[in-house]
Amino acid sequence: MGSIAIRNVRKAYGKNAVVHGVDLEIASGEFIVVLGPSGCGKSTLLRMIAGLEEISSGEIAIDGRVVNKLEPRERGCAMVFQNYALYPHMSVGENIGYALKVAGVPKAERLRRVAETAKIVGLEAFLDRKPAALSGGQRQRVAMGRAIVREPGVFLFDEPLSNLDAKLRVAMRAEIRRLHRRLGATSVFVTHDQIEAMTLADRLIVMNGGRVEQVGTPAEVYNRPATRFVAGFVGSPAMNLMEGVVDAHDVFIYDQTRRVALPPSLAPAGARVALGVRAEAARLVPAGTEGSLDAVVDFVEELGAGRVVHTDLDGLSFAVAIAETTTLKAGDAVGIRIAPQDVHLYSAESGLRIDGKAAAPAMAAN
Amino acid sequence: MEKRVTFSSTTIGLLFAFPMLLLVFVFFYWPGGQALFWAFTLEQPWGGGNKWVGFQNFAHLLKDPIYWNSITRSLVFGAGSTAIAMGVALVLAVLTDREMKGHSAYRSIFVWPYAIAAPALGLAFRFILAPEAGLLSILNRVWPDIWNPALDGNDAMIAIIVAFSWKYIGYNFIFFLSALQGIPRSLIEAAAMDGSGPLRRVFDIQLPLLTPTLFFLLVINITESFQDSFGIVDIMTQGGPARATELMVYKIYFDGFKGLDYSGAAAQSIILMVLVILLTILQFRFIERRIHYK
Repeated sequence: MGSIAIRNVRKAYGKNAVVHGVDLEIASGEFIVVLGPSGCGKSTLLRMIAGLEEISSGEIAIDGRVVNKLEPRERGCAMVFQNYALYPHMSVGENIGYALKVAGVPKAERLRRVAETAKIVGLEAFLDRKPAALSGGQRQRVAMGRAIVREPGVFLFDEPLSNLDAKLRVAMRAEIRRLHRRLGATSVFVTHDQIEAMTLADRLIVMNGGRVEQVGTPAEVYNRPATRFVAGFVGSPAMNLMEGVVDAHDVFIYDQTRRVALPPSLAPAGARVALGVRAEAARLVPAGTEGSLDAVVDFVEELGAGRVVHTDLDGLSFAVAIAETTTLKAGDAVGIRIAPQDVHLYSAESGLRIDGKAAAPAMAAN
Repeated sequence: MEKRVTFSSTTIGLLFAFPMLLLVFVFFYWPGGQALFWAFTLEQPWGGGNKWVGFQNFAHLLKDPIYWNSITRSLVFGAGSTAIAMGVALVLAVLTDREMKGHSAYRSIFVWPYAIAAPALGLAFRFILAPEAGLLSILNRVWPDIWNPALDGNDAMIAIIVAFSWKYIGYNFIFFLSALQGIPRSLIEAAAMDGSGPLRRVFDIQLPLLTPTLFFLLVINITESFQDSFGIVDIMTQGGPARATELMVYKIYFDGFKGLDYSGAAAQSIILMVLVILLTILQFRFIERRIHYK
């Protein structure tokens, strides 16, 4: 119950297209996170599933039934809104029970189900309060409760955690995960926060500019970003990207002195590429070490568990994450070593991943 | 060094306030004071100043069935026109809120009737509703004499209610529309997700959230029906036929300036003023306690 099929779905406001043909199969019970920068069309996609936004072309089917022309209430989805959208004139109990009231559920059963739901989201003590008398986290729970009480096949989350403070966000994240395990309903969760995306998703969908860039498990997306955009967007600090050419001996040439050895026959000689290295994968070595890139320390970011050394390669900034403490300070000369197996290579023209094999498999999902 | 010419803030404040204070004094406090004076005194028959009579003028009024008639008429008029003006405006606003293209145009167009002076409005409706040649004269062709505000008191009351409502529908519409627009879109969407249809959303979500506006407009409409109705009554019916449309405000004018009973008219205006003040106080007390959207 709750599988979703999205077939070549497009959305345009007049001539302004915001979603350019998305194809997606979501299995029943899956937790899908749609990740992308603001304005990438992820919320629009969600609202099209919900029925709050008309579908310009293409088709959305829930449980095999095409829902394009159905009203939101006929689709069996529940939605949690970014600003919670609680009814200010109703108590917590009335907010949670409203959907049941509309559906004509008898009062006794309604109260029982509201009480049950309140227990799940930890709001038993607040059923008589108005939303205005609740904290941000409690409001968030009411919004969740309102979605849960209907026992929907599909949960839709529209950036539900972005109005919470950092600590609460982590707690609610865990709670949503737990809730999903318990209820088993298909969930589509939209966010621009990659930590949220990585931690919650069974499968991650990265969107940019109204297109799907990559579909995959969080680990797949992190370890093998399918496009240059995904490489730069997923991961913190962002992946270092440098543009250059590949020479005949499998060496990447950034400039006169800075070169990086590549795995054998990954890219044809003369190809213009973008080379990506995660900050965690690059190593700092003493300046002038054979085979390292010369760099100058810009500043050091202390993260507690580790630190990120931001360096400068004649105008290109390059971050290296290190675990040990350091005495490096701004202006120090260092070397950066990049192992061939840690290199991600992208075509400078198309932005697609170069694997030396067939085209990137993740893109086939698009 | 400070080079600009400066005034003490109190002086300049008073200077700016002075023109307004003067207007308020000349057109409100002075006549108000005069009315109070008249209401508690009686003019000597042959001149020679006013004689203090205490509450005698009020006692006379409250014993007078004609005065009670005017109170009843005012209440009927107030209730009728407020119900129509607010009801129609609310329906229009809810419909407009759903399809909001060119709302700025609606806004200015619908507020125009409010800017029309009551006598001009009355004159227009006198033509529109004229039994011989107006829009409703068709009715008279089919059923002779079914519509005649000049002879039938109920017709006359309907006529002034319609005219007055027309003026306030636009005014109410503006308030309702902006209040509806102030309700976060996501609330409506959440209700839609909860399975609530458009009509049900109006009653469950939008109307409850409009209560502050509803109450504000209720008080404004009733207050204005007591005060702003004079021009319409004077042009359309002159309080007739047979006092059927003699509202309180019209009776004040009629007794004072036609009947030359200054003291009686003054006492009536004090009663009306007290009524309006009470309504206004009620509004302020009540509105501050109303819920807000957040």
